[in-house]
Amino acid sequence: MSNWQEAIPGPGAFAVLQRNFAVWRKLLIPSMLGNFGDPLLYLLALGYGLGHFVGPMDGMPYITFIASGIVASSVMNTASFEGLYSAFTRMNAQHTYAAMLATPLRVSDILAGEVLWTAVKGLISALAIIIVAYFFGAIQGPWVWLSIPVILLAGLSFGSLALVMTALARSYDFFMYYFTLAVTPMFLFCGVFYPLHSLPLFAQDIAQALPLTHAVALLRPLLTGHLPQQVGYHLAVLLLYTLLAYAVAWYLLVRRLLR
Amino acid sequence: MLNPAFLDLQQLQKQYGGHPVLRGVTFSVAAGSCFALVGPNGAGKSTTVRAIQGLTPVDGGEICIAGQTLSALGTAGRAKIGVVPQMDNLDPDFTVEENLWTYGRYFRLSKVKIRQRSAELLDFMALSSYARQPITALSGGMQRRLTIARALINAPQLLLLDEPTTGLDPQARHLIWQRLRDLRRQGTTLLLTTHYMDEAERLADQVGIIDQGRILVQDTPQGLISAHIPGEVLELRRLDGHTPDSENWHQPHVAVSERVGDTLICYGQDLQPVMTHFAHDPAYRWLQRPASLEDVFLRLTGRQLREAEQ
Repeated sequence: MSNWQEAIPGPGAFAVLQRNFAVWRKLLIPSMLGNFGDPLLYLLALGYGLGHFVGPMDGMPYITFIASGIVASSVMNTASFEGLYSAFTRMNAQHTYAAMLATPLRVSDILAGEVLWTAVKGLISALAIIIVAYFFGAIQGPWVWLSIPVILLAGLSFGSLALVMTALARSYDFFMYYFTLAVTPMFLFCGVFYPLHSLPLFAQDIAQALPLTHAVALLRPLLTGHLPQQVGYHLAVLLLYTLLAYAVAWYLLVRRLLR
Repeated sequence: MLNPAFLDLQQLQKQYGGHPVLRGVTFSVAAGSCFALVGPNGAGKSTTVRAIQGLTPVDGGEICIAGQTLSALGTAGRAKIGVVPQMDNLDPDFTVEENLWTYGRYFRLSKVKIRQRSAELLDFMALSSYARQPITALSGGMQRRLTIARALINAPQLLLLDEPTTGLDPQARHLIWQRLRDLRRQGTTLLLTTHYMDEAERLADQVGIIDQGRILVQDTPQGLISAHIPGEVLELRRLDGHTPDSENWHQPHVAVSERVGDTLICYGQDLQPVMTHFAHDPAYRWLQRPASLEDVFLRLTGRQLREAEQ
């Protein structure tokens, strides 16, 4: 097996990031429409519709509670989708990785470029929601800008996890498992729609092991005018997920692409 | 050979799951020359090309590029190489020129350099008027030309072409051959794999015939033909489907002969007697032609189909 120094990406990763960004820019209008449209629907339906019956949650209006949750879950969804379907299309259907490997780019440069891009896309979708929610008065306080590095780190962790799946996948069908077994449970049980403490204890313990819980724990206070508790702990979990998933994805991709 | 070897492969070994794919592939390509690696499907051509790029770790043997081993060069070696892959992998979301710009960035070339190179290359490959077109607007031959232009963005010293003209029409093939000969004249070393013998014959200074992971023979196209095919070729086809010349009348007049279905293929210095004998027999149709590389290839690798392996 290749030595582990090869896993450390170089500046080539930015060429990969740039490539993905250039493609995204060409499809800007439909892409942005999705980024703004979806959260608007969620906020209207859940914030107003459901919020009317739910009342305040954790001392804030339900729409405010849920806006920050949707920011976090959208980072997860966007980064996961990009790291699964889009990355798999580049690798398997378009043979973009093969083209890149015929240049001085290494597997680690490609992987790091892809992971960075999932984080950037996560940030784009999060910012769209923050903007929409701001006009609903659901985003407030002086710490909103601090959410940007947190969103990027969360994007890196979800993107790396998705790329582990992509490195293993034989077809698109495989990704359904990941959505059903990982993304959807996180969406429902990690504090996006209701506070974690309303879950039974064992479920809270499981939720503590999942990255989305920590993204929500950091983003909800920052987006509603408070400073989060246990910042180091939450950041460390997200960082650990990123590094571990990156290493596994790198190992699997080397095995898949260099044979 | 006057020029030193630019690319040198020694005893390459590779197996996949116990199945040997390369079994001691050894050859070298002189700087500024064109080497054609020809072989049936599954012979090990593409694996060899991947190994040269450092994309397939070999189990044994050594690859040297410009006197340095591949392991010493690392990925820096790939900056010297241009690759035209078997499967087109242009970026479908980009225009023609955006494809070149993006690719140039992978080599960390400056923007100025990339723009200047891409204009030159589009002109060289007769694609200038398509610079702003999307890839989907290009024909198969044009996409291939763009893939070659892309492979040249870093001004490589060595160009690897894996079946560069498979699936193209004759016009497109001839234009590509013309350009590859231009490149060779400019000093680029070329290594191409193909299963078109006419391609190898027209382009290559040296041809290596590879089968089952081994180079069977290596020589100039003419050298291979004269060493393996005595004289010229006469094909006698029997129209009613029966065995042609079942009495073996031709035997004393030919050096070698071979029966393939309804056809008798005779090789020899003077095939006039055989031709005269069968020319007026209405049961036969005949074709007399000079020996080609394809005859050598089929004689050395056999005629059985190679569909099982890919």
